[in-house]
Amino acid sequence: MVKEAVSRQRPAASPIGVLALQGAFREHRQMLETLGAAVREVRLPADLAGLSGLILPGGESTTMARLMDDSALWEPVRDFHAAGGALWGTCAGAILLAREVEGAPPQFGGRQRSLGLIDLTVRRNAFGRQVDSFEVPLSVRGLAAPFPAVFIRAPAFSRVGEGAEVLASHAGIPVLARQGRVLASAFHPELTADSRLHRLFLELVGEGVPVS
Amino acid sequence: MPELTLARGPVFFYPAPMTQTPQTGTPALKEGFAEMFKGGVIMDVVTPEQARIAEAAGATAVMALERVPADIRKDGGVARMSDPRLIKEIMAAVTIPVMAKVRIGHVMEARILEAIGVDFIDESEVLTPADDQFHILKSDFRVPFVCGAKNLGEALRRVGEGASMIRTKGEAGTGNVVEAVRHARTVLGEIRALQARPAEELMTVARDLQAPYHLVQYVHAHGKLPVVNFAAGGVATPADAALMMHLGLDGVFVGSGIFKSSDPERRARAIVQAVTHWQNPALLAEISEDLGAPMTGINIDSLIPEDRLAGRGW
Repeated sequence: MVKEAVSRQRPAASPIGVLALQGAFREHRQMLETLGAAVREVRLPADLAGLSGLILPGGESTTMARLMDDSALWEPVRDFHAAGGALWGTCAGAILLAREVEGAPPQFGGRQRSLGLIDLTVRRNAFGRQVDSFEVPLSVRGLAAPFPAVFIRAPAFSRVGEGAEVLASHAGIPVLARQGRVLASAFHPELTADSRLHRLFLELVGEGVPVS
Repeated sequence: MPELTLARGPVFFYPAPMTQTPQTGTPALKEGFAEMFKGGVIMDVVTPEQARIAEAAGATAVMALERVPADIRKDGGVARMSDPRLIKEIMAAVTIPVMAKVRIGHVMEARILEAIGVDFIDESEVLTPADDQFHILKSDFRVPFVCGAKNLGEALRRVGEGASMIRTKGEAGTGNVVEAVRHARTVLGEIRALQARPAEELMTVARDLQAPYHLVQYVHAHGKLPVVNFAAGGVATPADAALMMHLGLDGVFVGSGIFKSSDPERRARAIVQAVTHWQNPALLAEISEDLGAPMTGINIDSLIPEDRLAGRGW
C-alpha cells in the first residue's frame, strides 16, 4: 500500500539523491529503496542532475563540509534547491543545511560553512559527548504514534527562524523542523526500522517541481 | 525465520512498549555511532595541535595517544594507556569524536577512559596486553569499543563480548599495507564462504571458527559483520586507503602514516578524499599528486615474530 502511494506521487524516472561523501548514506539508501524509490549516491556536482530530492546523511559535519569544499558542491546544491529540489538533513546533514552553526571548531574562527537553506541556528554536540547519546520516543506533529528517535552526539536547533516550523522537540528543545521543501532532523531515522519520516520526505519531494 | 532473534547490527528493532525515559549506552546507540564513521578516516594524533590539523583536514575522529605505533615499535618496552591529561587536552582541542586505546583485557584503563568521557575505546594489540587470555567484557560499558581482528572467528568473538566496531589488525607502525589486506581478505572471504553453507552446517562452522552461534547465523543471513568494519594497520597513501575501500571495508584508520610523513596536512586531506572517491581513479590520481614523502615503512618479512603486533589477542 505504501509503495503504491509513493509511486503515485513521484515518477520512478526521477531518483532521490543521497549525499555520499561520508557517513551513514547506505542506511538512507536502503530505507528509500524499501519504499520503492530509485536512489543515486551524490559525490560530485554532476551527480545532482535530474534528482527530485536530496538527503544529507548523518556522519561528521566538519568532514562533509571539507569534502563539499573539495568537490565544489555548495553552489550546485543551492541551485538544486532553487530549481525546486527537496532536501532533508539528518544530524550532520541538518548542520550542513542550517543558516547558522554554533559550536564550530575554534580553529575555524568559530565559523563553519553551511548551505543556509533552512532558517535555523544549529548547535553542534548540543546534548554532550557519546556517553550522553540517547534514544527516546519522540512525539512528532502529524504522526499518530511516537517516533523512535536516536540521538548520537546530536545537534539541536537553538534558534528557529520565522519561516521554519518546529515538528518535534525533546525536553523543550526543537529537534525536527521544516521550511518549505527542506526538512532537518537532529536524530537518525535511518538507524531505525521506522520509515514514517522517509515517507514524509517523499511527500515533500512530490510537492516540489522535479529538476530537469 | 524468526528475524527478531537475529536483529543485531545497523537496523534496530524496538520492542514495544518503549520507555519514555531517554536510554543511554544501548547497543543501538553504540553501533549506530560507529555507522557514522563510515566512509571516513580516523587519524592517530599525539598532540592537540596534530588533532586540530586532523580535524581541519576532514578526519571523522581522532585517536589520542602518546606515541604513534611506529614510535612504540621503535622504543620498545611496555606500551600503556596514554596520560588522561593528554587525552583531555585533545578532547578540548577538537569538536569531532575522540578515541583512545587501552591494553587488551585492561578493564580499569577502560573504566578510566569512560570516566573522562572518551567517545570510543580501542582495545588494542598495539599496546602491550594486560591479560594473555581474556578480553574486556565490552557490553558492560556505556562507551563503545573497537577491536582488531585477523579473521572472522576473532571478529565475532569480539562482537560477542560487545565490540561495536571491528577493524583489521594489519601490522601497525609499518606503513606496509600487506597485513591489512591479508586480514580484510580473510574476514571478507570467510563471510562469503559462510554464506554458501546450508543452515544445518552452521553449528559446526561456529565450532570451527570458534565464534558465537547466533553471530554466525547473523553473518549467514546478512552477508556482513553485525557491526562496522574498518581497515587499520599499515595504510600510508591515498591509494592504500582506496584499496581497502575496494576490498569492501567501511573506512580506514591511519596511524603513523599521516604524522610520520613529510607533509601531514596535505596527506591527511588526500586520504580523506581518497576514501570518498575510491571508485574514481582519475580523481585519485589528482589527489595523490605531489604529497611529499610517505612514511618510510618496514618490510613485514624482516620483522621477527615477537615484533609482530597482530598475534596479540585471543
